[in-house]
Amino acid sequence: MTTTATRPADNRRRPFLNRPSARNRPFNWRRTIAWVLLGVAIAVSILPFYWVLRTALSTNGSLAANSASLLPADFNLGAFKRVFGFQTAQEAIAEGGSGASINFWQYLWNSLLFSSITTAGAVFFSSMAAYAFARLRWKGRDGVFSLFLGTMLVPPIFTALPNFLLVKNLGLLNSMLGMVLPYLFMTPFAIFFMRQFFLNMSREVEEAAMLDGAKHWRIFFQIVMPNAAAPIATLALLTFMGQWNEYFWPLLVGTTEETRVLTVGLGVFKSQAPQGAPDWSGLMAATLVSATPVLILFAIFGKKIVNSIGFNGTK
Amino acid sequence: MTTLTKQPDPGLSAGGPQKSRKRGKPAADFRGTGDLKTALFFIAPAMLGFVLFYLVPTIRGIYLSFTEYSILGDPEWIGTRNYERIAKDPLFWNALGVTSQYVIINIALQTILALGIALLMHRVAKSTLVRGALLMPYLMANVIAALLWFWMLDYQIGIVNQLIEWLGLPRVAFFGSEQWAIPTQALINTWRHMGYTALLIFAGLQAIPNNVYEAASIDGSKAVSTFWRITLPLLRPVLVLVLVVTVIGSFQVFDTVAVTTAGGPVNATRVLQFYIYQRAFNEQDFGYGSALAVILFLILALVAFIQMKFLRGNQSDLD
Repeated sequence: MTTTATRPADNRRRPFLNRPSARNRPFNWRRTIAWVLLGVAIAVSILPFYWVLRTALSTNGSLAANSASLLPADFNLGAFKRVFGFQTAQEAIAEGGSGASINFWQYLWNSLLFSSITTAGAVFFSSMAAYAFARLRWKGRDGVFSLFLGTMLVPPIFTALPNFLLVKNLGLLNSMLGMVLPYLFMTPFAIFFMRQFFLNMSREVEEAAMLDGAKHWRIFFQIVMPNAAAPIATLALLTFMGQWNEYFWPLLVGTTEETRVLTVGLGVFKSQAPQGAPDWSGLMAATLVSATPVLILFAIFGKKIVNSIGFNGTK
Repeated sequence: MTTLTKQPDPGLSAGGPQKSRKRGKPAADFRGTGDLKTALFFIAPAMLGFVLFYLVPTIRGIYLSFTEYSILGDPEWIGTRNYERIAKDPLFWNALGVTSQYVIINIALQTILALGIALLMHRVAKSTLVRGALLMPYLMANVIAALLWFWMLDYQIGIVNQLIEWLGLPRVAFFGSEQWAIPTQALINTWRHMGYTALLIFAGLQAIPNNVYEAASIDGSKAVSTFWRITLPLLRPVLVLVLVVTVIGSFQVFDTVAVTTAGGPVNATRVLQFYIYQRAFNEQDFGYGSALAVILFLILALVAFIQMKFLRGNQSDLD
């Protein structure tokens, strides 16, 4: 990103334009075509979400007859009531549901618990480890770090089998503890992410504290962590969303009604489909409920999330 | 990097006299080799997780692959017999073929679309809003993406088949036909990942210095040849990274298959990870499942190695 002193004019325009588009400025039709194509990509990305909402607000019986109508077919909140268990079995069956008991409040709570606990644990303990990898000098440091990073290459299914056996032998199948344990102490990505930040953090404040006789743990908790609030927030967001979307491990370990998370519950809801036509509006309502927390986080922290993409990709 | 004056225990012994002596010599206090005790304290929880849930399971997984083990009782050592069975297992070869098909369709579609979107963004729109909209699908769980498209692609009343029929074409049984089941899974994954991949490539595009383009334009290079001869070669490290990540991720496809087709119709979508899951958890054949997982692991390692080696992903042409 270094510019030569002979081109001051470029320097001023750089934030707004880049060379190729500036060169093609006169050909406006090119920009128009580019916008149209980009518009198609954006539409393909977000219109399905509208379709989910529209279906969730429809009534099963009217969906077939109005399969292409852009507005909800026979507007109705029954699907959401069904998902949250506010309908009796008879009502549910009458509206095209399976009538099987399904309680998304429980799943929602489990997902929230599972994601929050693992995020808190992984971010905190990984930050501690990252500090040791970035700031402390000790024998074997780089070797241990590479070993930690190497685990990123091991496919999750490979460790999932032995981990399942371990959790089973500990008697923790179908418990929240069994579900969170493998994620609780670290994730390789979290360590990598925080280490990168600590490496670039200014040492001055730490040094001042050190000269005043503060010990490492005090420096870490009172100076380093507060200063790292922004990257920690980003990491926590990314970790939380990843955990919220996790399917395979909870599918293995949390199979009872009490421990099922939303993703697993959705799969069960789908497979309970009644004979004949599936309960599409119920299924889409459930899908929307499962997506809502992530959508809310995205609405609040969108910029942070978007800007974090590319962090581990380039640079 | 290292300007260290060796100090046995800088953190713990930093007392009064050092205070005055060390002022004005930044960083010296941090550069000893004697932080081991402190480091152990900081690293202990992560180390516990690493050993218990990554290191030991990796070794145990390899061990189990040489045993016969059905959860009840103890694993029984049977040497390489699991691997011999795999070599003759038609379902394994089917799974490998189906997974490869998925990976290839997925990579081709996703990379080309993402590259196209990234170039469009680079040209006309860099706003957070546009990037956010494109990123939305990626934030959804695989299960959600799968169910959303399971509905949109429904044979009877799905909106996509309505559109196809409106165009005067015959309806497509996206999930129900052996021919379409795998391409459909790849399409779902492409939908979920294309915006994310586009953002990664876009970040790579932003990193190409403008003077490279200026030089090309002074030399009279046309837009198309600038793309082929400058943009694409300079993007290589990013593209290789994207390819490695996508290929490795695609080989482990599971969630979308598990909630939509569950391996069917017939064996059309019985991908490797789903097959491992079935052998280990439905048939309680943990030894065989572990051996299959080892094979998957080896395939992924090989793929990553080949890609890094032959596409020189760790070197940039900019240096």
